[in-house]
Amino acid sequence: MKTPSELRYTEDHEWLRPEGKSARIGITDFAQDQLGDVVFVELPEVGRDVKKGEAFGVVESVKSVSDVFAPITGKVVAANQALVDTPELVNQDPYGQGWIVEIEIADDAEVGALLDAQGYTALQEGGH
Amino acid sequence: MRFTPHTEEDRREMLRQIGASSVEELFSDLPEAVRLDRPLHLPEGLSESEVAQLLADLAAQDLDMGRHVSFLGAGAYDRYIPSVVGEMLRRSEFYTAYTPYQPEISQGTLQAIFEFQSLIAALTDLDIAQASLYDGATAVAEAAMLAWGQTGRERIVVARSVDPQYRAVLRTYAHGRGLEVVELPLRDGRAAAEDVTAVAEGAACVIVQHPNFFGLLEDVDSMVKATHAAGALYIAVSDPISLAVLRPPGAYGADVAVGEGQALGIAPSFGGPFLGFMAARQEYLRRLPGRIVGETADKDGKKGYVLTFQTREQHIRREKATSNICTNQGLMALSATIYTTLLGPEGLRQAAALSIEGAHVLGDGLGRVAGADLAFSGPYAFEVAVRSRAKVADVEAAMLKAGMLGPLDLERFYPELPGYMLLSVTEKRTTEEIGRLLDVLQGVEA
Amino acid sequence: MKTIFEEHAPGRGTEYLPSRKVDLGAFLPAAEIRKELPLPELSEVQAVRHFTGLSRRNYGVDNGFYPLGSCTMKYNPKINEDTARLPGFAQVHPYQSEETVQGALRLMWELQQDLAEITGMDAVSLQPAAGAHGELTGILIVRAYHEAKGDAERTQVIVPDSAHGTNPATAAMAGFEVVHVPSDERGGVDVEALRQLASKKTAALMLTNPNTLGVFDERITEIAEIIHAAGGLLYYDGANLNAVLGHSRPGDMGFDIVHLNLHKTFSTPHGGGGPGAGPVGVKAHLKDFLPMPLVTNEQGHFHLSYDLPHSIGQMRSFYGNFGILVRAYTYIRALGGAGLREVSGDAVLNANYVLSLIKDHFDLPFDRIPKHEFVVAPPEDLVRQKGVKTLDIAKRLLDFDFHPPTVYFPLIVHEAMMIEPTETETKETLQGFAEILCRIIDEGRENPDYVKSAPHNTVVGRLDEARAVKQPKLLERLGG
Repeated sequence: MKTPSELRYTEDHEWLRPEGKSARIGITDFAQDQLGDVVFVELPEVGRDVKKGEAFGVVESVKSVSDVFAPITGKVVAANQALVDTPELVNQDPYGQGWIVEIEIADDAEVGALLDAQGYTALQEGGH
Repeated sequence: MRFTPHTEEDRREMLRQIGASSVEELFSDLPEAVRLDRPLHLPEGLSESEVAQLLADLAAQDLDMGRHVSFLGAGAYDRYIPSVVGEMLRRSEFYTAYTPYQPEISQGTLQAIFEFQSLIAALTDLDIAQASLYDGATAVAEAAMLAWGQTGRERIVVARSVDPQYRAVLRTYAHGRGLEVVELPLRDGRAAAEDVTAVAEGAACVIVQHPNFFGLLEDVDSMVKATHAAGALYIAVSDPISLAVLRPPGAYGADVAVGEGQALGIAPSFGGPFLGFMAARQEYLRRLPGRIVGETADKDGKKGYVLTFQTREQHIRREKATSNICTNQGLMALSATIYTTLLGPEGLRQAAALSIEGAHVLGDGLGRVAGADLAFSGPYAFEVAVRSRAKVADVEAAMLKAGMLGPLDLERFYPELPGYMLLSVTEKRTTEEIGRLLDVLQGVEA
Repeated sequence: MKTIFEEHAPGRGTEYLPSRKVDLGAFLPAAEIRKELPLPELSEVQAVRHFTGLSRRNYGVDNGFYPLGSCTMKYNPKINEDTARLPGFAQVHPYQSEETVQGALRLMWELQQDLAEITGMDAVSLQPAAGAHGELTGILIVRAYHEAKGDAERTQVIVPDSAHGTNPATAAMAGFEVVHVPSDERGGVDVEALRQLASKKTAALMLTNPNTLGVFDERITEIAEIIHAAGGLLYYDGANLNAVLGHSRPGDMGFDIVHLNLHKTFSTPHGGGGPGAGPVGVKAHLKDFLPMPLVTNEQGHFHLSYDLPHSIGQMRSFYGNFGILVRAYTYIRALGGAGLREVSGDAVLNANYVLSLIKDHFDLPFDRIPKHEFVVAPPEDLVRQKGVKTLDIAKRLLDFDFHPPTVYFPLIVHEAMMIEPTETETKETLQGFAEILCRIIDEGRENPDYVKSAPHNTVVGRLDEARAVKQPKLLERLGG
């Protein structure tokens, strides 16, 4: 299971990659593996304001469904429209082409407070 | 009777294998306080011949529509059911199966549901249909919940000309979700577009039955227009037999179509089991309640069917599911599929046409009855709403004396319609029977 | 197999109705008349062969052993099918006047009484159409009860983490917030956690007992006290009632509301997904909230009573899935009280027997005396090292003509396999099943790929469910 060291993570299995004023967000390799074949991704509307911890999207496999929670507060500035027709990108490339949204960072401290790769790995080994 | 096969010897051997001394011991973890320390107060068990007789005697206390001429309808119909339907329905591979969770050994049920969905979509002229709901009433309620989920609006508008059973159930469901139900008043027995415009702003949906509970054709085009102008969903309620001859919901702009499928080869059975159906435009696929079957293939490319889009459902989405429905009316959907396949387009049209013709023979015949008139103006089908000068109870008594069942007293559901009654005609009623009914109506003293 | 749309040829239909020509234009405005009706036309023989063909691609209790946990797939007596079709039951209109349906009403009234006695409740409504519908009825009663007391603060329904999905879905439909209570290490409700959760906000606790793990919650009276002390109601999900008929009653356990699944416990068939029936029983203090109408008995004359001032209203059209009620009534009369008690004894015996035969081959999450069903998981080494999972074992069972158990439920057990043999199976059938299950475990170690690619003997192999969602084909139309 890959957990790239340059990313930040949440306990709910989202990853976050800061890119200037905004951050790209997706679900982790572990999360996609748990879900199985992803068949549908519900994306939020661009322009929507989300609060840290708010469910803004849904990732579905055939037999399970998982909310995607905002790791930080901010405005959604982009959503990965490629997932509408090829949701399997979440399985194939969770940290790359399988990204879900970009959110404008409102508070840098929120990013700093997220788990690092080591912390996220420890969490998984702890039985999650 | 017993259907437990064990001999005492079997039980002994099984207990030995388990390591228990008695069956009672297997219940030893039940706290004393919750154990039943007496036999159940129920009648002693019977042999099959005795139980058959007991049930036959009970059934014999009822008057049935085989021996009596029924003019009752109002949402439950006495239609002709081809012999094949009953024969096929008793194939126990169908009726002793569970919900098709294991598709490899449930292709029969799954394909039948797929065909049912296809037939419902064709009849309603809409994009998609689901596998069945409990009945027409709960289908209406579920459609309202769909509209609430879609729009986030908390007002449900329903025409008062919609079946009173459906409106009652809608109110029960709406109360659970905390939604407001607003009725469109009766205007000469029908709903009016002006009234839709007056209340549809901020509404999730507008629900209209066509032909309505009184058999009257509604002005659906203007109501669809008024509904959509307010950003609400238009939910059409219809009898599938009527869809064989009338412009279907998809053609006049409905977003969701629901109804009662009992008319499609299902016995009236004192009100159940019936069959709710729901069809919708494609965009509402992920908001549909209940099962949906889809076609797919196995690894060799062989066609097969599976339950699909299950993430909408309670076993996966739990409290966020589109509905809590699990067991639906599978066998009744099969019944409707077989009936519709047998009758085909010509047969369904004929069932509708003969019924409508009969209703008009009755309606026109009222002209020669002194104490009874058509209750409303405007085109009608299947049902004949009648204003009677005689008491409806007296009409009912006179009909019963003549070997007939009916009418439905409308005042029961519409206090504003005292002395109004509903008579229904299906393809089973002959002109002679309708003539006899008219004679009876003529003979009842006001 | 071809679909009815593929078998269509214009003009093939059979005449079932008089062919008299009707001019619809004489009765309806021309603009309202439908032009196209794209439905298939088949000859009667074609239709009979089509649906017979479909039935042969199905598997019911009459085909073989069906140990589908939580579903109680017992034998469905054929007499039930005959009685439900008696003209005095099947050919009766729901709007007939009461004096013309005294037989049907008497049957319903007696069934109300019988189910009240079996569950230890005071009043029963037969209206709900299925288990989940009964749940909704019950939770709407909970809501109405608290509303009537002016207690608007009770917004939460507590549900165990092992519950059926219908429980939380139902609570949400009735407008409640769902709160989950965890299970303890013995598989019962974590009573200490429940104590923390129960509050002035608690409207009800929904519980199955025996629960979805097949074990009886021994602390049930304590659980009931906690909920009642908090002012909440106790709701019994009757999915597992087959375990305790005549042995223990939900009413005596402290439950206020119960729903039953007549298509499970009382042998009415499941119909390939319904129709079922989900009657709801309540204690006396909740009687006024039941859905309308109830059947009442006034000196041997039976009525449909709408005299329930606090009723939650109506849950569906008319009075219930009457045809299913007839079947359940027939079953109860055939078995009697002693027969019903024997049902549960043998259901529990059979579950324990199968468990005793397979337990060395499987992992047991909770090693306790199960009631009518139990939960096991394939051995961890098989899952981890060979990649043989519960789904694979289920699919391999199909090759031996067994219906698989319920799989991946309850959610709290990893790789769960829930086995409910029911009371109607012989010792030999149970032995045969246990042998095959064990053999599949052994086979999984020796030849995992063969198990993982099962089934091998069915009309179709494992179907691509992802494709069914990504490239949906949900219906067929005439002409493709």
